[in-house]
Amino acid sequence: MITVRLLALILISVIGLSSANAVEPNEILKDPVLEQRARALSQDLRCLVCQNQSIDDSNADLARDLRVVVRDRLTAGDTDKQVMAFVVARYGEFVLLKPPVNARTSLLWSGPALVLLFGAIGLVLWFRRRGSATAEGLSADEEKRLAVLMDENTVSGETEQ
Amino acid sequence: MPANLRLSYFLPVIIILTLAAIFWSYLGEIKDGKSIQDLPSALIDKPAPVFKLPSINSGDKGFDSAVLKGQVTLVNVWASWCAPCRIEHPRMMQLAREGVAIYGINYKDTPEAATGFLTELGNPYKAVGADRTGKISIDWGVYGYPETFVVDPKGHIRYRHVGPIMAQDLTDKIRPLIKALNK
Repeated sequence: MITVRLLALILISVIGLSSANAVEPNEILKDPVLEQRARALSQDLRCLVCQNQSIDDSNADLARDLRVVVRDRLTAGDTDKQVMAFVVARYGEFVLLKPPVNARTSLLWSGPALVLLFGAIGLVLWFRRRGSATAEGLSADEEKRLAVLMDENTVSGETEQ
Repeated sequence: MPANLRLSYFLPVIIILTLAAIFWSYLGEIKDGKSIQDLPSALIDKPAPVFKLPSINSGDKGFDSAVLKGQVTLVNVWASWCAPCRIEHPRMMQLAREGVAIYGINYKDTPEAATGFLTELGNPYKAVGADRTGKISIDWGVYGYPETFVVDPKGHIRYRHVGPIMAQDLTDKIRPLIKALNK
């Protein structure tokens, strides 16, 4: 029981650690509502220096500057959409960790569904083919050979005992 | 056996060959010196940002984006603490000698260090603006240093180079582009 608890403790602390963010105290806005919006937006913006981290997670200099820019825009009265548009205008759609759904990304978004669909079609075809193969049954010749083989088996089985 | 079964035998081979072709093309790009991390600029063919930066030294004139209109210009984002900037610097000097108008954005530097860099290695810039907060660099979509932009006479950004400009970049891209834009 103790080891289970210990494992659970380690697991919880690891999960807790991974959600730690890079926001420094002096960046935090006084208005908690604005700060909440800034945090949410930062989590969807890619840090271009360490490309698989969000700017909320990254300690890179550029990530810090972008966090400040996001907060500046929000304080100036921008909507969430305007803030994102501001950053995308400068760094392109690549900066969005969640790619937008449009013509260029349609294959990306529909990809998993397509793979599932093809997989399902493949499975159906495979089962159909297998089903028809067993339904054909054995020819008279094959039945005879099978009977002979089965007989041999029982005979040899008895001699072994 | 039916023909469609024989096709399915070849399917794995076809998939492997397709993947190999894709990977091979990526490998080729790396061999040509292009990094997969090089991102296309979102600002290509768009107007350059409008800004007014103070100079690194209070005495000199700063960098006003109005100068980007009327001629082909190079905008180079650099810092004295950036080692690749030091590596590319001789190419900047060479372009300046060839008569290219180069403007500098000095990214997050101290006046002393920035001036020291230019005194030691030479100053290829018509003017240098000091971007101490990094906000103007963000307007340019800068994410690595150095970065160099080619701006056409209308003030539109036509090309962005991430990382140090080497001799081959001059002959392959920068010089032909400047020549074409000057026509």
